[in-house]
Amino acid sequence: MNKMVNLRLDGKTIKAQSGKNLVDVAKENGIYIPTLCYFRELNPLGTCRICTVKLNGKHTTGCTVKVADDMEVEVNTPELLDNRKAIIEMLYAEGNHFCPTCEKSGNCDMQNLAYDMGLTVTRYPHVFSDKIVDFNPKRMIMESNRCILCKRCVEEIKTKAGKDVFSFVQRGIKTRVHIDYEQEDKLSESEALHAMNICPVGAILVKGMIHEQPFGDRKYDLLGKNIIPKLLNSQVRKNENEKFIVATTSLAGCFGCHMSLLDIDTDILDIIEIVEFNKSPLTDIKSFTKQCHIGLIEGGCANSENVHVLQEFRKKCDILVAFGECAIMGGIPAMRNFVPLQECLEEAYLNGVTTEIGANVVPGHEDIPKLLNNVYPCNEVVKIDYYIPGCPPNAHHIWKVVKSILLGEEFSITHDEFKYD
Amino acid sequence: MPTKNKIDRSKLMSVLWEIQRKKRCIGHDDISKVAQKFNMSRMELEGVVTFYHFYHKLDCGKFTIYLNDCIVSQFSGREKIQKTFEKATGVKVGHVSEDKMFGLFKTPCIGLSDQEPACLINFQPFINLTPEKVISIIAQLKNGKKPSEICDTPKSTIHYTPPKNKTVFFKPYTCFSSLKQLHKHSPEEIIDLVKESKLAGRGGAFFPTGLKWQFCRQNKSDVKYIICNADEGEPGTFKDRVLLEEHPELLIEGMIYAAYSVGASHGSIYLRAEYRYLVSKLEVILDDYRKKGYLGKGIKAKIPFDFDIYIHLGAGAYICGEETALIHSMEGKRGEPGTKEYFPVEKGFKGKPTIVNNVETLCAVPRIFEMGVDKWLQLGTEKTPGTKLLSVSGDCENKGIFEIEWGMNMQEFLKLVGAKNPKMIQFSGPSGDCLSEVDFNRNISGEDLICGGSVMIFNDQRDLMYILKSYSNFFVEESCGICVPCRTGNFLLNKKIDKLLLGHAEKKDLVDIIEWSKIIKTTSRCGLGQMSSNSLNDAIQKFPEIFERSLSENTDFNRAFNLDHAIEEYDKIINEMTSDYE
Repeated sequence: MNKMVNLRLDGKTIKAQSGKNLVDVAKENGIYIPTLCYFRELNPLGTCRICTVKLNGKHTTGCTVKVADDMEVEVNTPELLDNRKAIIEMLYAEGNHFCPTCEKSGNCDMQNLAYDMGLTVTRYPHVFSDKIVDFNPKRMIMESNRCILCKRCVEEIKTKAGKDVFSFVQRGIKTRVHIDYEQEDKLSESEALHAMNICPVGAILVKGMIHEQPFGDRKYDLLGKNIIPKLLNSQVRKNENEKFIVATTSLAGCFGCHMSLLDIDTDILDIIEIVEFNKSPLTDIKSFTKQCHIGLIEGGCANSENVHVLQEFRKKCDILVAFGECAIMGGIPAMRNFVPLQECLEEAYLNGVTTEIGANVVPGHEDIPKLLNNVYPCNEVVKIDYYIPGCPPNAHHIWKVVKSILLGEEFSITHDEFKYD
Repeated sequence: MPTKNKIDRSKLMSVLWEIQRKKRCIGHDDISKVAQKFNMSRMELEGVVTFYHFYHKLDCGKFTIYLNDCIVSQFSGREKIQKTFEKATGVKVGHVSEDKMFGLFKTPCIGLSDQEPACLINFQPFINLTPEKVISIIAQLKNGKKPSEICDTPKSTIHYTPPKNKTVFFKPYTCFSSLKQLHKHSPEEIIDLVKESKLAGRGGAFFPTGLKWQFCRQNKSDVKYIICNADEGEPGTFKDRVLLEEHPELLIEGMIYAAYSVGASHGSIYLRAEYRYLVSKLEVILDDYRKKGYLGKGIKAKIPFDFDIYIHLGAGAYICGEETALIHSMEGKRGEPGTKEYFPVEKGFKGKPTIVNNVETLCAVPRIFEMGVDKWLQLGTEKTPGTKLLSVSGDCENKGIFEIEWGMNMQEFLKLVGAKNPKMIQFSGPSGDCLSEVDFNRNISGEDLICGGSVMIFNDQRDLMYILKSYSNFFVEESCGICVPCRTGNFLLNKKIDKLLLGHAEKKDLVDIIEWSKIIKTTSRCGLGQMSSNSLNDAIQKFPEIFERSLSENTDFNRAFNLDHAIEEYDKIINEMTSDYE
């Protein structure tokens, strides 16, 4: 096993010990192959597919390759990089990942990969399938909404008698990880913590141990690389003498993104040099008076009015920018997508803890906008040109993006600016 | 975990079958008991039970009816049959009657595509169904008849075999006659002959059989296994069923050759549950071989050896046709495909070197020895010598099996099968190629158009989009769920097809389909995901006019989003609630 072999990694010839794992060999030689399910060299799982590389012209997962003589491996071709991003996007579209409310945020491997890949939105529509949060186990919580089915826990966590604690059940799109209550009870405190720690996302939580580490000091809070965003050239506009016209709106959001907009303090003086606001809560102009260059959308679509406003924005603005988590993927309001509409209304107006005693009316009037069956991300209703993630996005970041789009400049985003939460 | 290895998990599936058959479900208590017996956690066992769609956690009725859901069946009038079943039994598809008498379910292709509409009742076949026949079947069952007393015998319709002594499979065979070669040749010589014959995996992957055997032989081990893959699940295929019905002896002898060559002592036939009605017949023949000394201890040969064959019954999972998934299934696990870190010939069943061969591949071996490799090589083409079995169904005169010599022209083949106005031909099943007119001059051979066995013919009256939707449904249903590109990618493609069907699609949706398919293809773990989008992409290329018809120009507004539809539920609730107040 100790024989040294020569192989080519992205055109670079390197020496490595025969039989060693490709992901590790690449890492030692300064080539990063992203992974999610890979956490031990023995019996790699090969479930997440993110480490897909091209080996001698054929696609395969890097984590299951043992290096041998004369291997030709491609890691960072545009196609492979896009494949990896696509898989992360698919995982986001498939699960119900509300990063701003997740206990694992900042320690989450998948969130970090998404940052690194500069992911702002998924190319796939969100599936929003109803998944169970299981609070029944004695020590743990199984948050299926966040589970990416990497199988780490299934393979790694066993009781002393060798029985599985976590298991895959069902198949296909219905596949879930379930906890065996009886076996879970037999795990020691440290074994339970180990289960939580090897989970690359926030699906396995140990009760009472979730917020041990404060946000901001977490594993990926201080790491990361700068990202160069892709600029769509056709969208770049130059305007002579006249100011750029900007419109903003808040649909099903909390207005937090608009609050953030105002956080630039005195820089606003620079901005109004080049920008004029049209329809916006900032100007209190209620309806469009002219065609705008750029429209900023906060929040997703939860009711009929949101849809009308969004469609109006699409017509009146040349470029639409969705800013903030809710506009991009529905955000917190989209959590109601797993609850029947009737229950939502009853909770809000009749049975909720904050409703008045004796309340028995759900308001219904032609002037009241109608709730949609689901909360929709903006890009499922109209075409969106740019996305600024964050909850809320940083003020300077928002303006940097807007300015750069308007002036057609490229810029890089620092890791801090790009953080979602 | 040494304690775990002592219990033979490979018995698990047959134990589960036993319970399912007797109690009509595998209930909570049974799962606990069986888990205890096999030293597994309850949830792990539940994972196994829920993976296979023929295992039920709730009572599936004294008579469990499985209607074939494949596209050929749908075009043969399954809708009417389903309605009649629903009326006669009083239950909707997917449900069980209140008295637990009837359970009515759908299942993918049951290997009777030439005799559709067909169904299985307690795994007994009923073919060429008509509404009248359905009513009579249900009446008889209600009157206390057993399904096994009134079921049909599926026909083995062999429409064509090559002329002039060129037939390989479907001609009379004298049992044991080829086995004399065992006395003449050493295992190495047998492997050399198989290599020379260029025989390749007839399940559809066409991996050279001789090479596979050689690799397995080279791997030293105390135990080795031969597995026959009789899990033909590709919609439209039924050639293996016909082989198992007509020439099971060829299969057994093929397995004996394989065992002798690689030094294996254990053999299994992984039979799909849809073919459970073949088990008793197979058992009889296996016993015959045991009695004659061709199976069991000390089989006479140049180098005497031990070998026996057992039947392992699947439980409904297309993915188990993939060899590593099949091995996991035999080990009593979820039928998830492996990582390809090792080939089965290195570490297969129970971690030992294993050969997995298709029924047709194994059946070919004794025939090759019988006729001699030289004569076999004269048949067919350079790359693919010999003949090939094709299962033909759909819009044609002659549905059934065609044994053709490799190299036959498509045009000639279509004439043989009596295809009526063929517009689209699905070659090698939904994961294979979608052929149009432009392909009708090609040849069926390894050099040109290779085929695993399924040929479905669709005429110009059929709705292509509907066919593609049916394929997509199948892959969504049968994806094992272990990797995201296949699990969710196929689901998302399915939604795109919906968009096309509803006329909401724009040009960019077609670009999405092509790009997404490529991602699914390159990143999926096994053949299912790598092939599932083939026919959709083929169709886009070959029938652009059909797609263009349902596409509109790109707009800034998503037409799939319908505000009226989105507020419908709200209106209904508010109307109900406000009427309560009054």
